[in-house]
Amino acid sequence: MDESKGRMAAFLRDNQDKVVGSWSELVAAGLRGRTSPEEVRHELEELYSLVIRDLSGADEHAAGELRAVLDELSRSRARNGFTPSETALGVFSLKEAVYELVADSADLVPEFLAFSRMVDGLGLRTFESYSSARERIITDQASSMMELSTPVVRLWDGIIAVPLVGTLDSERTQLVMEKLLETLVATGADHAVIDITGVPTVDTEVAQHLLKTVSAARLLGAECTISGIRPQVAQTIVSLGIEFGDIATKATLADALALALRQAGLKVVPA
Amino acid sequence: MDELPIRSGDDVVRIRQHVRNAAATTGLSLVDQTKLVTAASELARNTLIYGGGGLVRVEVVKSATGRAGVRLAFVDKGPGIANIDLALKDGWTSGTGLGLGLSGSRRLVDEFELTSRPGSGTSVVVVKWSR
Amino acid sequence: MDQVPILKIGRTLFVSIQIDLQDESVMRLQEDLAEELAATGASGVIIDITAVEIVDSFIGRMLTMIGQISRLFDAETVIVGMRPAVAITLTELGLSLNGVRTALDAEKGLAMLNGRA
Repeated sequence: MDESKGRMAAFLRDNQDKVVGSWSELVAAGLRGRTSPEEVRHELEELYSLVIRDLSGADEHAAGELRAVLDELSRSRARNGFTPSETALGVFSLKEAVYELVADSADLVPEFLAFSRMVDGLGLRTFESYSSARERIITDQASSMMELSTPVVRLWDGIIAVPLVGTLDSERTQLVMEKLLETLVATGADHAVIDITGVPTVDTEVAQHLLKTVSAARLLGAECTISGIRPQVAQTIVSLGIEFGDIATKATLADALALALRQAGLKVVPA
Repeated sequence: MDELPIRSGDDVVRIRQHVRNAAATTGLSLVDQTKLVTAASELARNTLIYGGGGLVRVEVVKSATGRAGVRLAFVDKGPGIANIDLALKDGWTSGTGLGLGLSGSRRLVDEFELTSRPGSGTSVVVVKWSR
Repeated sequence: MDQVPILKIGRTLFVSIQIDLQDESVMRLQEDLAEELAATGASGVIIDITAVEIVDSFIGRMLTMIGQISRLFDAETVIVGMRPAVAITLTELGLSLNGVRTALDAEKGLAMLNGRA
């Protein structure tokens, strides 16, 4: 098997000029004139040499370098507005360029099949590289969004509030706990109001997350009130048998603020 | 990969330091580092108290998607756990922290694998990934 | 083994845990506190864990026991300065530190103890 790969590698080396020439033409055509044939040729020469090195099996670093060059190709094409398919097809067209020459000599047929499979793998790699880059962007945006939608605000001296909007899953809960506790340390607050008006459903899991958050805040000496209990939510909580124990709960943020002020020994009077 | 013995309380403290250092190299957040080191402390103590001593293998690993993580494998040749389900039982409650500390540790890590048979020791392998 | 110093200020005993304690040091602290409480008749104990990076169930139990020992001497214990990462981890572990109160810092802890009087 390695011998046949070696034969293919030798064939590619011997016919480098012709193959790369053909390949560049095919690729440039596929890029609809947006890149000059010279630029394309330059890119492909490097790729071609790496393919030969990897095929000949002499160099153990070749495979890694090849992957890196393909990833860079994928990135730069994407940056220049080409679709991942266009990039992949460009790589696949190497098969066509080689076939033109192989078609004449019947004895490289089994080698060509293996080579063809290898090129398929390389083209697919550019596609995968493109999609994992997109994944990373999506993940980054998702966590930015989560950061932005979890503010901790100061309502008064020693009283802070966490207005939650959206679902409270375990990942979000971690973020809420971190921000809440950091704010407690930074402001020296002794009361935190967690407002759940914007949390669409409160089931057993959400309740557990809230209880966890309150527990953590208490370890830092802060008292907590949960506000924003809507009537339907109250009914769901009771029917699910969820117990908030000794945690005060209020219908609105205003009620919770009033309670916190009372507990702090403060009173609001007309001016 | 490093292998550290678990023969005394001092070893547990040493293991905490070692795991913290390993975690720091992987870009784990402070909270995640704390969780991992705490789990390591719990599991090391288990190995010491219930397993009659043993060792831990600390390894920095890489996921298929390229994330870095820390893998800890606690091994002992102790009596083993007769009822694994019971040992792992414990939902999140305000418990007193008694018991084997296994269920608590499980919540602190991303991957948790417990293998144990009465008479042939116990192995607990945990992994925490950076995000 | 490191001996953790116990300061007495007024009717309160202050303990500041600075490092990753060995097990014997932890047991020693419990004994020393019991002795100090008996000898001084202090009514409050403040344990500052601002510098503590890891609290596992062993340390957690120790803190709970100190609370119980103090109560036997009619003193109240307040743990202060817990780090956010530690609090989050303890919550996840399910440890609730029953029998001890917690405050953000020593100043608030002291206010809590005095308020009680």
